[in-house]
Amino acid sequence: MAFALELGGVNKFFGGVHAVNDMSFILQEGELAGLIGPNGAGKTTIFNLVTGVYDVSSGHITLFGEDITNHKTYEVVRKGIARTFQNLRLFASATVLENVMTACQQHHRYSFLEACTHLGRWRSVEREIRDRSMTLLERVGLADRADQTATTLPYGHQRRLEIARALALEPRLLLLDEPAAGMNPEEVQDLNRLIQKIHADFGLTILVIEHHMELVMEICPHIVCMNFGALIAEGDPEHIQGHPEVLKAYLGEEVEE
Amino acid sequence: MSAYTEGIITLLMINAIAAMGVCLLTGFTGVFTLGHAAYMALGGYATAILTVKYHLHWLPAVVAGGILAIVVAYVIGIPTLKLMGDYYAIASIGLGEAIRLILENWQSVTRGARGYPGIPTFTTMPVAVGFFLVLAFLLFCLLHGSYGRMFKACRDDHIAAALLGYDTARVRVLSLVLSAFYCGVSGGLLAGFLSFIQPVMFDMLKSTELTAVVVFGGLGSLSGCLLGTTIITLVTELFRPISQYRMLIYGAVLVIIMVLRPEGIMGQYEFGPKLFRKLFGRKAPAQERR
Repeated sequence: MAFALELGGVNKFFGGVHAVNDMSFILQEGELAGLIGPNGAGKTTIFNLVTGVYDVSSGHITLFGEDITNHKTYEVVRKGIARTFQNLRLFASATVLENVMTACQQHHRYSFLEACTHLGRWRSVEREIRDRSMTLLERVGLADRADQTATTLPYGHQRRLEIARALALEPRLLLLDEPAAGMNPEEVQDLNRLIQKIHADFGLTILVIEHHMELVMEICPHIVCMNFGALIAEGDPEHIQGHPEVLKAYLGEEVEE
Repeated sequence: MSAYTEGIITLLMINAIAAMGVCLLTGFTGVFTLGHAAYMALGGYATAILTVKYHLHWLPAVVAGGILAIVVAYVIGIPTLKLMGDYYAIASIGLGEAIRLILENWQSVTRGARGYPGIPTFTTMPVAVGFFLVLAFLLFCLLHGSYGRMFKACRDDHIAAALLGYDTARVRVLSLVLSAFYCGVSGGLLAGFLSFIQPVMFDMLKSTELTAVVVFGGLGSLSGCLLGTTIITLVTELFRPISQYRMLIYGAVLVIIMVLRPEGIMGQYEFGPKLFRKLFGRKAPAQERR
C-alpha cells in the first residue's frame, strides 16, 4: 500500500531564515494525524509546501506514491488534496451555498456551449451540484444558512463552511489548519466529533494542525511535533506527552542552578 | 420612431455590447483594464477592411473582427495574466496606444489617421438590437452557473480559488479573451453604423469610459453595467446642444455617483427578486429544507 503523504528531507529557506529544516514524515492511508508545535514552528509552512503555495528549497513530497514536489497548486489539488486555512479564505461576495458549489462543480461539469445557453445537461448538472452541496452543508450543520452571505456567518460557522467546501472537492487527503482557532470549549467538542465523523464516513486521510492540545490528544492516534522548523518527536499521544523535547518546546527548560 | 432616436438606440446597443465585455473582465473576474478600446479598434478595422476591400458579407466580417480581437487578447494575456495584480492594467494601456499608433501609421492597409471611409452601413437598429440580445443572453447564461462562480472565485480570493483546483491564470485569460470578443464585435458594429472610422475614436478616453461605465454601474452586476451604459450614453447625447459642457456633466455624474454610492449603482445586485428583498429591507428567507 502506498503512503498517503510522504515528506523526505524537505527544507525551506525564506532568505536567511531556515523555516523548515530537513522534515521527513509519513502518513499512512486512512490515518487521522496531528501536526503540533509552538507558534512559528513552521506548521503552516508545511501545508503551504505540500499544497504548492510555496516551492520547497530541497527535498521531495509524494502523494499516494506520486511525486508532487513543486507542482502548481491547482495540479496538487486535482490529485486529491484539499485544505482549510488558519485565516479564513471564503469567497466574500458569495453565499454559503455558492462557496460550496464553487468547489463541488469541479466534479460535475458541463461544456462551455451548455453553460452559454443553459441547454443540454446544464439543468441536471446544476441540480446535482446544488444537491450535493446542500448535503455537505447538512453534514456540517449549516443547511439553514445556505442563502446567507458567507462572511456574515459567526466565526465558528465559517470554519465549518471551509471544511464543507474542502470536502466538496472529494479529496483523498484533507489538511485542516487550526480548525479550532478562536472557538470556545463547547465548539471545540463539536468540532472534535465532526472531524472524527468525517474521517470515518469519508474514509479520508486527515492531517490537522492544532494548538488545542486536548483536541489533538483526543482524536489523533498519530502525532508529529515540530519546533523551529524541525521534527522533534513523532508517535502516539502518550509518547508525545512524555517526550522531553516536546515538554521543553512547550514549557521551556529547567534552569540549572 | 425618428431616425435620431433610432440612432441613439443603435449606439446604445453598440456601447452596451462593449461594456458587457469589460463587465465580465473587470466586474466578474477582477482584472482592471484601461485599453479595451483597442479591441474595438481591431474589430472595427477588420470589419471595415473585409467589407470594403474584400467585399465580404458584413456578418462574417463582424465575427472575424471579434475573432481577431480574441487572438490579440490571447497573445497579450498569456504573459501578463500569469502575474497577479495590476500588470494587465499597465500592459493594457500600452496595448491600447500601440494599436492606435499602428492603425495611424500603417497607411497602406488602414489609410492612416484620416480614417477609413465608405464602410457599408449595415448596422441598422434591428441588427444592433439583435446582436445585443443574443450576446447579452449568452453572457447572462454563462455567468449564472459554474463559469460565473469560477470567475467570481478568482476575483474574490485567487489563492482559495487555486486551492479549489482552478488554474487562475487560465481563468483570467479565458475571461479576457471573451471580453475582447465582445469589444471586437462592438467595434465591427460601430464601423457599420458610422460607415467611417478613424484611429482617434479608439483612444485612451474611450477605454477609460468603458471601464468607468462598469465601475459606475456596479462591479459584478451585469444589469448594473447595462444601466450605467444607458445613463452615460444618454447623458452624452442629451446634452449635445451644449456640447462644450458635455464632458463637465459627464464628469460630474461620475463623481456624484461615486460619492453617493461607491459600490456603483447596482452594487453586486441584478434586477430580480433578490434586489427587491434588499430594497424593502426584509431579510432573505432561509431556503426551505429538503
